[in-house]
Amino acid sequence: MRVRNKLNYPLYFILPALVLYLIFSIIPSLSGIFYSFTNWSSYTTKINFIGLENFKTIFSASENYLLFIKNTFIFTIITIFAKTVIGLALALLLTEGTKRLAYFYRMMIYVPVILPAIAVGLIFKSILNPSTGLLNTSLRFAGLGALAQKWLTNPHIALYSVIGVDTWQGVGYIMVILIAGLQSIPREYYEVADVDGAGFWAKLIWVTLPMMMPTITIVTVLNLLYGLKVFDIVYVLTNGGPGYATDVIYTAVFQAFSQGQWGLGTAFSSLLFVFMCVLGYFVIRLMDRGQSRD
Amino acid sequence: MLAKRSRQAVFHLLAILACLISIIPFYLIVTNSFKSIAEASSMSAALPSILHVENFVTVVATGKLGTSFLNSLFYATGSTIIGTLCAAMAAFVLSRNRSRFNRFLYFFIILGIALPTNFFTLTKVMQITQLINTKIGILILYAAGQIPFGVFLIYGFLDTVPKELDEAAIIDGCGPFQLFFKIIVPLMMPVLITDAVLSFLGAWGNFIMPLYYLNNTANWPMTLSAYNFFDMYHMNWNLFSADILLTVLPVLFVYFAAQRYILSGMTAGAVKG
Repeated sequence: MRVRNKLNYPLYFILPALVLYLIFSIIPSLSGIFYSFTNWSSYTTKINFIGLENFKTIFSASENYLLFIKNTFIFTIITIFAKTVIGLALALLLTEGTKRLAYFYRMMIYVPVILPAIAVGLIFKSILNPSTGLLNTSLRFAGLGALAQKWLTNPHIALYSVIGVDTWQGVGYIMVILIAGLQSIPREYYEVADVDGAGFWAKLIWVTLPMMMPTITIVTVLNLLYGLKVFDIVYVLTNGGPGYATDVIYTAVFQAFSQGQWGLGTAFSSLLFVFMCVLGYFVIRLMDRGQSRD
Repeated sequence: MLAKRSRQAVFHLLAILACLISIIPFYLIVTNSFKSIAEASSMSAALPSILHVENFVTVVATGKLGTSFLNSLFYATGSTIIGTLCAAMAAFVLSRNRSRFNRFLYFFIILGIALPTNFFTLTKVMQITQLINTKIGILILYAAGQIPFGVFLIYGFLDTVPKELDEAAIIDGCGPFQLFFKIIVPLMMPVLITDAVLSFLGAWGNFIMPLYYLNNTANWPMTLSAYNFFDMYHMNWNLFSADILLTVLPVLFVYFAAQRYILSGMTAGAVKG
């Protein structure tokens, strides 16, 4: 097969993609590590090395950065669970429960996913308004006025409200992926389980969940990558407030950016970068296995 | 039989409930966008007593939505074309010639799906490349951001395009460009549309890049204008709803026109990979 010459697949086809990726993603990330050790700020042109000062600030107990990291992890972990559990429930409902109209339902439940986060955030600002918002008025109407809350201004609740809105928006995406996973489980497994007299829960635990593990892993990774980098929805709903109750890594980065603390902000970003690189390595291993499978 | 019927009914009710919860916010902005200020003040679910169509005229005029709409269209369309084309060309060669080096390049590029943006050093890059505060700068940032996922998505699809076609084309005297654009691109259309639609939706909804890198309001996309509009007119929920509705409509239009590609692409990319 002489025509299978490598020259027919020229490397310069890769160049535009590679160059854009290098300039706007890799170079900023790597040079960020260098700037992490400086007192870079938007106010002076002089940049000095200050060693580990920025990292000391980030990890000092008197600053709030550890709280931002904690909030980010709370956000990420709860959204992973909520989106996967609700997503799986919806996926089962639309594959096992309803056959007719399932495509229509799926299309509707997916709508929030495509809406810009800014639109979702602003609409929910009105829905979650304590006195006039749809949520509290509905609760009062249903006689559940005691459950009405200051959703976005109570520091004990605000983070969970943001998590709720984000789950509402993102669950359709997870559901769609889980539906595809469910549809790839061979029917014979369920037939055998039926013969054995397995009920809904038995089938879920012994057939569905084990067979769904690869898909659930992927969904978890996607949610993890999203959660650690979350910005839009938090910024629009609470902008980190009240106080620092809902501040996450990327809202803190934006504040550092606005306040000109560039060395500190870039140190914070670089921490996330290193963490994500390690995570990314495992993601790639996962994707590689997925692709060589077929 | 009856039990099965009633169980089916319960399932459908649950599904309908889930659909309602998913689209209630959209319903809210539609109804409130047609109300008067007083009626819309509580953003209630009630229907408007009179249709105040003039809200939309006010919003377009005061919010300078014409400019923002054209900006968004420019960013989303331009970045989609550039991003999808770059990703497709790269994915084609990476998938067809799986040398050690190319395997490494492939993983190196799709690592970008996970990587966070460093907005500080990116500012520096934008300054050096003279792209900061320019429209073309935002367009290129979006395009660059779409590439890793695009390469991943298209690379996976290319396994289904037989390599024998390449050989036949080469024997017929095709060069690499002819082979790619005349033979491969038409066969890749489904995945290219998926990638393009996802890129377009992503770019339309993005507001973090303009927030960081555009200080001139004349360059703002719909999302940032809507956010700013909310700051100025947050008592006027009717106008604000109209603004949000106009921001969201193009996205919904693209979604319903191309949802077949979105849902299939989502699953192809994720479940396979």
